[in-house]
Amino acid sequence: MPELDYRALGLKVGLEIHQQLATREKLFCACPAELGEEEHDEFERRLRPTRSELGDVDVAALFEWRRGRSYLYEAPTMHSCLVEADEEPPHPINREAVAIALAIALAAGSWIPGEVYVMRKVVIDGSNTSGFQRTAIVALGGEVDAAGKRVPIETIVVEEDASRKMGEEGRRVRYRLDRLGIPLIEIATGPVIETPEEAREVALAIGRLLRLTGRVRRGLGTIRQDLNVSIRGGAKTEIKGVQRLDLIPKAVHYEVLRQVRLLEIRDELRARGVSREDVLSMQPVDVTDLFRSTKSKVVRRSLGKGGRVLALRLPQFKGLLGRELMPGRRFGTELADYARFWAGVGGLFHSDELPKYGITGDEVEAVYKALGADPGRDAFVLVADEEEKARRALEVVKERAAKALEGVPEETRAANPDGTTRFLRPRPGSARMYPETDIPPLEVDEELVRMAEEIKPEPVEAKMRRLVEEYGLSRELAEQVIEDVRLDLIEMLISRYHGELPASVIASLFTVTLRGLRGEGVDIEAISDDVLEELVDMIARGEVAKEAAEEILKKAAEEPGKGARAIARELGLGRVTREEAERIVEEIIKENIDKVREKGERARGLIMGRAMAKLRGRIEGKIVAQIVEEKLREALRG
Amino acid sequence: MGIGGYPEEVSHFLRSHGLEVGDRVKLRLDSGLVLEGVVMPRYSPSTRPVLVLKLRNGYNVGVRIQEIRSVDKVERVTQESPGAPVPLVEELSIAEDKRVALIGTGGTIASRVDYETGAVKPSLSQEELVLSVPEAFQYARIDVEELYSILSEDMKPGMWARIAEEAARKLESGYDGVVIAHGTDTMGYTAAALSFAFHKGLPGPIALTGAQRSSDRPSSDAAFNLTAAVLVASRAPFAEVTVVMHGETGDSYALAHRGVRVRKMHTSRRDAFQSINALPLAKVYPQDGRIEVIDPSHRPRGGGLVLENGFDERVALVKHFPGATGEIIEMLLDKGFHGIVVEGTGFGHIASDAIGAVRRATEMGVPVVITSQTLFGRVNLNVYSNGRRLLEAGAIPVEDMLPETAYAKLSWVLARTRDLGEVRRLMTTSLAGEISWRHNLRLYPRWRHSA
Ligand SMILES: [Zn+2]
Repeated sequence: MPELDYRALGLKVGLEIHQQLATREKLFCACPAELGEEEHDEFERRLRPTRSELGDVDVAALFEWRRGRSYLYEAPTMHSCLVEADEEPPHPINREAVAIALAIALAAGSWIPGEVYVMRKVVIDGSNTSGFQRTAIVALGGEVDAAGKRVPIETIVVEEDASRKMGEEGRRVRYRLDRLGIPLIEIATGPVIETPEEAREVALAIGRLLRLTGRVRRGLGTIRQDLNVSIRGGAKTEIKGVQRLDLIPKAVHYEVLRQVRLLEIRDELRARGVSREDVLSMQPVDVTDLFRSTKSKVVRRSLGKGGRVLALRLPQFKGLLGRELMPGRRFGTELADYARFWAGVGGLFHSDELPKYGITGDEVEAVYKALGADPGRDAFVLVADEEEKARRALEVVKERAAKALEGVPEETRAANPDGTTRFLRPRPGSARMYPETDIPPLEVDEELVRMAEEIKPEPVEAKMRRLVEEYGLSRELAEQVIEDVRLDLIEMLISRYHGELPASVIASLFTVTLRGLRGEGVDIEAISDDVLEELVDMIARGEVAKEAAEEILKKAAEEPGKGARAIARELGLGRVTREEAERIVEEIIKENIDKVREKGERARGLIMGRAMAKLRGRIEGKIVAQIVEEKLREALRG
Repeated sequence: MGIGGYPEEVSHFLRSHGLEVGDRVKLRLDSGLVLEGVVMPRYSPSTRPVLVLKLRNGYNVGVRIQEIRSVDKVERVTQESPGAPVPLVEELSIAEDKRVALIGTGGTIASRVDYETGAVKPSLSQEELVLSVPEAFQYARIDVEELYSILSEDMKPGMWARIAEEAARKLESGYDGVVIAHGTDTMGYTAAALSFAFHKGLPGPIALTGAQRSSDRPSSDAAFNLTAAVLVASRAPFAEVTVVMHGETGDSYALAHRGVRVRKMHTSRRDAFQSINALPLAKVYPQDGRIEVIDPSHRPRGGGLVLENGFDERVALVKHFPGATGEIIEMLLDKGFHGIVVEGTGFGHIASDAIGAVRRATEMGVPVVITSQTLFGRVNLNVYSNGRRLLEAGAIPVEDMLPETAYAKLSWVLARTRDLGEVRRLMTTSLAGEISWRHNLRLYPRWRHSA
């Protein structure tokens, strides 16, 4: 990553942390708040852009509707009901979910309103069957300690999660309704974060605060971070859906880089004396005839379907379309994103990347000529598609190119797995939000506050003290436990087996064994809490030795759904008695008697290794060592 | 209730700070937090001393007024004037070969939402329809007329007559069909009533339609149903009074139900309307303009117009329940009701000690019509002795007719004749397909018996 002086650039980052809450039921119905893979019914719907009093409509939604976009919903029988299917009004808001959010509010010292109002936020991508997301502010203000400073909280919101997108089939998008309605908490911080690393630390601290309630869901997709990033002179970019913490610094860094480069492009254009009007006065030119015998497959396919090839001159943009904004993404990529989004075209070609993709140098030259453009100074963009779509695409490209003279446009972007981002949609103007009149306002009464008080996370220091003083964990181990995603489970097990099994054995199962397995690339998220509970129970009862844990967990990750006892049985990891262990060691010594005689005491390592291969996890290693010591001495004496 | 639906305590607070609903304010709270937003009216009644504020991020919150330390700044928000509406389609294409009259009676087939308050303003105007349901025009030129703007549950038999009159006028003046926008709760009753009023002659279809999800929502079924109804009114081969609504939960097809056979069978589903003891008339595909006729025994288009209008408003529909005696019927007789429809149990029974009241009604010349609360199947008063005694007391069993249809029919019949013999003859004759003599095994829905 190139070095950037973030503070000098005036970097400001605000976070929105979305975390699924571990409630029994969903936010507005009685379905279980979890995903379900059982059989489902299917139905297909469309969503219409609605018009407000102001007469406006959501242009993006309008465009989708005009294109005949439809949504196919999978309604799993155990994890969705008429509410998710938009066939029954929502039930009153889930008090448990509100109480969990209020608990965070209490911990952050936020203001809690007298009444909570559920709102409808218009979302017409089909992920909500109703066409809006139900969302409510449960607290405002407050602050949390993170990254060595007091980070202000702007809002604490409870809202419904959206359906799971399963894929796209032509003009149809397939969604599954199990996730729809699972309660989410959204915590938004003020834009006070000044470096990419600080953003990660603040996200970590808020994630920990949430886990300390013991009432949030874990696993992939249960937490998502949105980042609001801006630099001085740039614009506020909203980056959606960063799922991994370690991606946050990268995503912030790349966004800073993108904004810096866009400002450089602006300055360069200004220096070249280009004006908005120069760009906006350009008109697309039909260059289909130049491509009649082209070798470009993309163009040929489009022409075969009756499409046209249209070109647009971008005056004095030469070299700028190919300028890299972040790894693998050039300014031309941004133009292509816009064209795809607004016009539904597959993509575009720009002169800075040509000749390539089957388009020859002669063709490039011919296009320059047809446009009356200067190959030494101008750039152009080509779109091959149905004429109407192609025209719209170039219109959009022209507008985006003109905006380059102003700098950075306000956008909502989606995070890619490598931390780079792509255009998702323009940032919505004023929130398209109105009251959910089917749900009465919820009075924040004493009972609700009492529920919240019970859930309110204890301060990290208090928890640490308890783990160290009450359960005898080392400070280091206690720290690791508090950072662990399965904190609630570890605490529960430590307290359940207090006096039977040392807390350190339970804690290291998570902080050492599981983390070690993750390091080896084992998918530890696939290991269920039930398996871990059963395993700890087996260790506590002496059914297996703690050394067996690694092997059992590895298998559990490969075969989710199988219990720890069943796995132990399959692996032959049943516990052996001391007598049986002695017999096994005697056997090994007998088999290797020549070497033992030859090496004497120095054969201990060899015998120990062979014995552990047979006995690991079935009896403590310490005992095996004792037996080997004893039996070896006997053999040498005899 | 005081200002903006608030209780007196909040109204007083607003008054004493010179505030009105719609004002932008800065509230400094005891906690030190400063809230900036617009004062909202309450949409749900409450006595709680809470002020509703719309924050700049679009969210509403309720602020306890005793927490408000000071009101810092006041500014009246001037209503933004409605901008130029954006049409849903770039070019409105109108099928000029067909004409459909759309009569509004209520409900929110076309409406706008006020994003500030969430209030939905039904506005069934020509302009509004073009803007919000442009696709309906691909099947016909539509002329809108708003007759009523009432809630479904406020519909009365007197209004059926007005609607019938209006529909007749439209058909007479050359419209190919009529669509009636109606609240869904009592749409089935109105459909049955119109079926009898027009049973002797109807030149084109009358399609009643409505919405189970109001039209301010992106997921509203209003446009789908309305487009399907316009398709039926303009192009269906049958000239029948129908209810046209979603056929299943998805946006695939609508069903055109015979007005005398249809019943709202679910509180909230899109496909709440189903034909009982009969098949629907047709499947209707509003997206591609197809109509698949299911019941071929329908009246074809192009016949003459015969309107026999008028409904008796002194008819009651009562249900028998364990513990019901003859008291209710007696009370209705004492109140001077002209006719009574009874939803009996099972085959159509009422308690033994209520039979005397039926006899008294018959003696007074007040018809007592028997239907069944099971809805499915046919009444039969010959199987058990109480049934035979009920018959002998003068009760009129009406076969497989729906109770609501029997109610609308009796109201219509009594406006023609009060002669008990004639009432009996008309009630037991199928005038508009309300009675059938044959049910095959398929006429009963198959319920699921596994999860
Ligand atoms: Zn549900």
